[in-house]
Amino acid sequence: MKTLVYVAHDNVHLGDATLATVTAASKLGEVHLLVAGAGCGAVAEAASRIAGIGKVHVADDAACEHQLAENIAPLIAGLMTDHDAVLFPATTTGKNIAPRVAALLDVMQISDILSVEGERTFTRPIYAGNAIATVESSDAKLVITVRGTAFDKAEAEGGAAEIAAVASTDDAGKSSFVSAELAKSERPELTSAKIIVSGGRALKDSATFENIVMPLADKLGAGVGASRAAVDAGYVPNDYQVGQTGKIVAPEVYIAIGISGAIQHLAGMKDSKTIIAINKDEDAPIFQVADIGLVADLYQAVPELTAAL
Amino acid sequence: MKALVPVKRVIDYNVKPRVKADGSGVDLANVKMSMNPFDEIAVEEAVRLKEAGQIDEIVVVSIGPAKAQETLRAALAMGADSALLIETEEAIEPLAVAKMLKAVSGEVEPGLIILGKQAIDDDSNQTGQMLAGLMNLPQGTFASKVELEGDHVRVTREVDGGLETVRLSTPAIITTDLRLNEPRYASLPNIMKAKKKPLEIKTPADYGVDIAPRLKTLNVSEPPVRQAGVKVADVDELIARLKAMGVA
Ligand SMILES: Cc1cc2nc3c(=O)[nH]c(=O)nc-3n(C[C@H](O)[C@H](O)[C@H](O)COP(=O)(O)OP(=O)(O)OC[C@H]3O[C@@H](n4cnc5c(N)ncnc54)[C@H](O)[C@@H]3O)c2cc1C
Ligand SMILES: Nc1ncnc2c1ncn2[C@@H]1O[C@H](COP(=O)(O)O)[C@@H](O)[C@H]1O
Repeated sequence: MKTLVYVAHDNVHLGDATLATVTAASKLGEVHLLVAGAGCGAVAEAASRIAGIGKVHVADDAACEHQLAENIAPLIAGLMTDHDAVLFPATTTGKNIAPRVAALLDVMQISDILSVEGERTFTRPIYAGNAIATVESSDAKLVITVRGTAFDKAEAEGGAAEIAAVASTDDAGKSSFVSAELAKSERPELTSAKIIVSGGRALKDSATFENIVMPLADKLGAGVGASRAAVDAGYVPNDYQVGQTGKIVAPEVYIAIGISGAIQHLAGMKDSKTIIAINKDEDAPIFQVADIGLVADLYQAVPELTAAL
Repeated sequence: MKALVPVKRVIDYNVKPRVKADGSGVDLANVKMSMNPFDEIAVEEAVRLKEAGQIDEIVVVSIGPAKAQETLRAALAMGADSALLIETEEAIEPLAVAKMLKAVSGEVEPGLIILGKQAIDDDSNQTGQMLAGLMNLPQGTFASKVELEGDHVRVTREVDGGLETVRLSTPAIITTDLRLNEPRYASLPNIMKAKKKPLEIKTPADYGVDIAPRLKTLNVSEPPVRQAGVKVADVDELIARLKAMGVA
């Protein structure tokens, strides 16, 4: 099977999420990559060095600059005459474009795969990860999004693939990019952090979150996450949210502070290697999944912990 | 301008789903069902746009079992004007749902179609984007802000790195994220009024859409269960464990 992987990038850097997607694709067959952007030569170079891939297609064009689905989907649908499957990282960009491609090809997308069981058979989470479905596709072409935490990352170096330009389709003229407000943080990105410290509603307000959670995260070199309740209450921006509808993470260590453990939150972090929970309610559901639990008032325990590290 | 809002009847988000012992699916017998939370947000957004005088009429549509009439009545009670049920007992995949919505849009001619970003049962996150692809319309997915500006709509989207704003020509497709708004509770008088609002019932055959599934579910199983670990007595013991793990 000939596969095409959609490369995650910001026109400058290759996104980490690409590597797990390459691993998933390699289980199906030969892997080609697509870099669609503008002024994205460095990304194409980086992509060509990923180990084990066949070819990098590059659509470097103003119409692709912001990866608008209206412009990218027809481009990919066109490339599918030469490929049997297209795989996207399950990032917001991948989730935005992939179903539009599937509709153009008249195929049913397979979202968020966890494993490749056969040429057309995959597992995927349903009901917020409370069940795992094994599904088999009967479509001629496969359109897939890949859950990054479920696959090892392909080696970022070692390959020397050919880079080939492909013509982009024209700007569809229906949508335009206005602006982006992207969070800048020195801390590790959530989806690749080895340690994550997350705070919940119990943190009261943004100043308290800052004073309690951040120092611990800094001591541990950890990424910072949050429950939806903390995000909704404005303690931290939306890109911190972990869960069914936020980010899916699986770090070595996940420290949940003042988070009750609602199923929607667990859906995003229960594959972490070690879960540590600090909560004053000994019956909080988070303790049912925690490897190490501390029943304590976070306002005492967390500063004490931070000071001792 | 009209708004079309597709709403799905799903397991209530507070219920913990149970996998059937024979691996055929999730047990939905005697389980509380509700409107998909993202679809409530979609209805609320349409109602607010109508209250602001920017939308004239709201049509809600559901594809599902007879009981989905309850879901549609709930949307009517929130402020939608009329409802359409495309009745089927089969589970319909997003691609087929999108095809039916395209056919419905041909009749309703909405300026905005507002969907949820994902249904919390299949967690597909596909239907809105597919509909946009089938109809060749622009899409503003995962919206946390929607501003109608004449014949354009400005949509602020929740993306992995933060927020992104796009401007779309109408008709346009929008899918809602959680922070777009907080849906209202319908008042008793509005619930009574909703009983008299028009609710039409059709079938997939009326739209000539092939609903045969493309994906075959071979098995549904429980995810690996995590065992609860130990509780430590105090911060010192926690630190000792962190040290033993090489974290501290
Ligand atoms: C469609 C849908 C999607 C959702 N998606 C997500 C998602 O992606 N991610 C997500 O997180 N949620 C999601 N939710 C929300 C979810 O259902 C919960 O409401 C949310 O996770 C609760 O956040 P919390 O644990 O911070 O708050 P709470 O449930 O209020 O828990 C606060 C906890 O803090 C503890 N506490 C209070 N004070 C202290 C103290 N001084 N010291 C120690 N502990 C203390 C309490 O004992 C309690 O356990 C979603 C909901 C819906 C309907
Ligand atoms: N059977 C259905 N009836 C009405 N709307 C639906 C149906 N299935 C999906 N939708 C809409 O599509 C959105 C995304 O669903 P999904 O792609 O299944 O995650 C939902 O939030 C609804 O707005």
